[in-house]
Amino acid sequence: MSRPELIAPPEIYYGDTEAKKYTNNTRIQQIQAEMTYRALELLNLPPDEPAFLLDIGCGSGLSGEILDEEGYLWAGVDIAPSMLEVALEREVEGDLFLHDIGQGFGFRPGSFDGAISISVLQWLLNAETSHPTSSPPHRLNRFFTTLHAALRNPARAVLQFYPTSDDQVQLITQIAQRAGFGGGVVVDYPNSKKARKVFLVLYVGDGGAAQVPR
Amino acid sequence: MVRLITHNLLACHAKGCTTNNFPLQIKDAQLALREAEFNPDFLRGFIPRIEWAALVSAARQLGDESLPNEVPEMIDDDFLRGLHHVLLEIHIDEGAMVCPNCGHVYPISSGIPNMLLAEHEIG
Ligand SMILES: [Zn+2]
Repeated sequence: MSRPELIAPPEIYYGDTEAKKYTNNTRIQQIQAEMTYRALELLNLPPDEPAFLLDIGCGSGLSGEILDEEGYLWAGVDIAPSMLEVALEREVEGDLFLHDIGQGFGFRPGSFDGAISISVLQWLLNAETSHPTSSPPHRLNRFFTTLHAALRNPARAVLQFYPTSDDQVQLITQIAQRAGFGGGVVVDYPNSKKARKVFLVLYVGDGGAAQVPR
Repeated sequence: MVRLITHNLLACHAKGCTTNNFPLQIKDAQLALREAEFNPDFLRGFIPRIEWAALVSAARQLGDESLPNEVPEMIDDDFLRGLHHVLLEIHIDEGAMVCPNCGHVYPISSGIPNMLLAEHEIG
């Protein structure tokens, strides 16, 4: 099976049919939920304090629903209109934006207490968007620079993604660091081909706590 | 769904548009009111992040005159309830946000602002 990000840009790949299929697939729901909970854990927010979060590539709101349940307020951005439509139908609480993250964010400095992103960054690495744009490194740079500015100091961004090679992990980490982020990569189940999950855990300032994620 | 909480955080991100690019002017707004859960702790924590003058003028553009010109020194429950309503319960379902500097129009359709830039506007 080919990786979807190699087939077409996300806003094309996730048309109406694919968006509904993706959202209603119980296995995808379960994996997305697990990764969202793990991302929240790695975000390491102060317990029992309300927070305003950014969901990068919020899609149909699978992770947003969990943010709602956990009592967080959030805004979400996604490039696929069909996914956002499903999110509206599912009546998630967050504010939704049609946005190409490779074009960078316009959020004011210090807008968010944290950011999560589930299964999105590989799209920036692999496929062009249907809008004419520049190279993946340029888009990644724009993304990380404006994300860094949009977060409070201290704060974290936790981005789970599916790299195809260690080179890709290196490229992404390098560009994030150049944008001002500290932190690094956390790999869950590193020895399982199927369960292996890569999380980029990025810090603004000291990331909010001295402890290193387990 | 776009509410004044995110409108208050949003500047124009078109290439080279770095001054006078906030707040985006709201045009032809169609509104919907939807109740949200009142969370005074969240609001107290969020107040320092608000550009107050921008929030007051955006609310007035939408026909809500309830906010005072300045954040009061005594933050009581009444004030927080009013702020809650303005930030989190007024939804702009249709309309547009227009950059006061470069004039870029971010259309809002079915509650979702289209933030996509044209090729020549990408930084
Ligand atoms: Zn502008």
